[in-house]
Amino acid sequence: MLTMQEILETIKMVQEEHLDIRTITMGISIRDCAHTNPQIATQKIYDKITRLAQRLVPVGEELEREFGIPIVNKRISVSPIALVAEASETDDYYLFAETLEKAAAEVGVNFIGGFSALVHKGLTKGDRNLIDSIPHALAATERVCASVNVATSKAGINMEAVYRMGEIIKETARLTAERDGLGCAKLVVFANVPEDNPFMAGAFHGVGEPDCVINTGVSGPGVVKKAVVKASDCDLGTLAEIIKKTAFKITRMGELIGREAAARLNVPFGIVDVSLAPTPAIGDSVAEILEAMGLERCGAHGSTAALALLNDAVKKGGLMASSYVGGLSGAFIPVSEDGGMIRAVEAGALSLEKLEAMTCVCSVGLDMIAVPGDTPAETIAAIIADEAAIGVINHKTTAVRIIPAPGKKVGDYVEFGGLLGHAPVMPTSTFSSAHFVRRGGRIPAPLHSLKN
Amino acid sequence: MSTSNKPRKNRVIVSVLGQDRVGIIAAVAQILSTHNINILDISQTIMQDLFTMILIADMEMSDIDLATLKDLLQKKGEELGLKIDVQHEDVFRFMHRI
Repeated sequence: MLTMQEILETIKMVQEEHLDIRTITMGISIRDCAHTNPQIATQKIYDKITRLAQRLVPVGEELEREFGIPIVNKRISVSPIALVAEASETDDYYLFAETLEKAAAEVGVNFIGGFSALVHKGLTKGDRNLIDSIPHALAATERVCASVNVATSKAGINMEAVYRMGEIIKETARLTAERDGLGCAKLVVFANVPEDNPFMAGAFHGVGEPDCVINTGVSGPGVVKKAVVKASDCDLGTLAEIIKKTAFKITRMGELIGREAAARLNVPFGIVDVSLAPTPAIGDSVAEILEAMGLERCGAHGSTAALALLNDAVKKGGLMASSYVGGLSGAFIPVSEDGGMIRAVEAGALSLEKLEAMTCVCSVGLDMIAVPGDTPAETIAAIIADEAAIGVINHKTTAVRIIPAPGKKVGDYVEFGGLLGHAPVMPTSTFSSAHFVRRGGRIPAPLHSLKN
Repeated sequence: MSTSNKPRKNRVIVSVLGQDRVGIIAAVAQILSTHNINILDISQTIMQDLFTMILIADMEMSDIDLATLKDLLQKKGEELGLKIDVQHEDVFRFMHRI
């Protein structure tokens, strides 16, 4: 029998500590929708998405009511559009983005991911077309998210794609200039991208996945922070143990909701993404966990070590709680979406360089970072190359979601609203990386042995 | 606690948080009995000056579903100036038991 303490603990986690299921994401394969005629292909895509995801939102709301756990987002990911659109006789893939937008609106989801291409070793015609279509697609739609994988540990780093993505990010910012470059918040450049990630903007339905699948992403930085605060002056080994136990409880909720959602929608359950995903809400911050661990401000020396402990403990606790853990699984450190990160940047405690170091030991990478609007494409490409190198050498996922905010300078703010939050514009190095980036080619895959 | 062998499919947990006053249990029990929902266990305590009641109930024979019960209890909660919620028991079992 459950004890009153246990019941109250769960209720408190939801009501006071922002425990929620961040997303239920339905992955849908649209590989069977390819057609030489783009009109037919997009009609097939629209029909398949709206058929399979028709009940996604109602089922999510039903679970929310029955279990009393908020499910913040219901979303959809589809096969990388480059793979499907390539068969069509057109160079402009905007039509595909428009179709995704319409299908997402029809079933009532707020984001749909998969306007994507995997180009870590090279680009096909379809990949080029997709990448070229990204700025228009992101500017003219609300819900569509794009991602491009430019590197893997097995293939190395495709520097031609990295440079191109630097230009694409600049162009996307330009086309959405009146909204501070919002388009860039829906575009992620990856190294070692996972194929079952339920979190936006980087979600797509991987090629090894079944026809349709349900993945969930949990959250709960507030719950972990509360546990760390409560632990007061214990040593770091004990603290890791406490975080593990807390992560276990958080992940169990993802497992429960994922299994139930999959059963009710009659599709297989994929994975739980064991992540700490912050929001701009007060008390829902990863930075504040690091500060509760004893750092005056996130970004102070020791932040990388504290984050490493946190990330590892979250994974260890989460693994035991779920039959299938996947996706990104780790702590996210976006700037604009985390109130504590924003304060740390404002206080001058957290720089781009420190964030880069922190991405070596946590999930994802440089996320939701605003830089001056006049940052050259080559510098953005070089930032992507640095992150990709960290991922490729360390056999982990890394990513860059960066916003060169048009017309903004260091110290200005960008404002996206909602879960995307707001961010202070951060300085980048003013020294040029152009000659390096323009060399192109591919940085070879690293050694998989002799690791030191 | 002799109820642990019964099927658990329809067990729910009602939680009441707020200022203590006369008739809280009666009000909740009234709603449950009207809809043929069996109370299995009640515990209550005062936590940081806040009245807290946890009630475990079985909806096996109930004539309403969980969503409807939730609406009824929340409405009653607003009348009494309390926060009353009901959740499926699985949420708690899943979090605290393997």
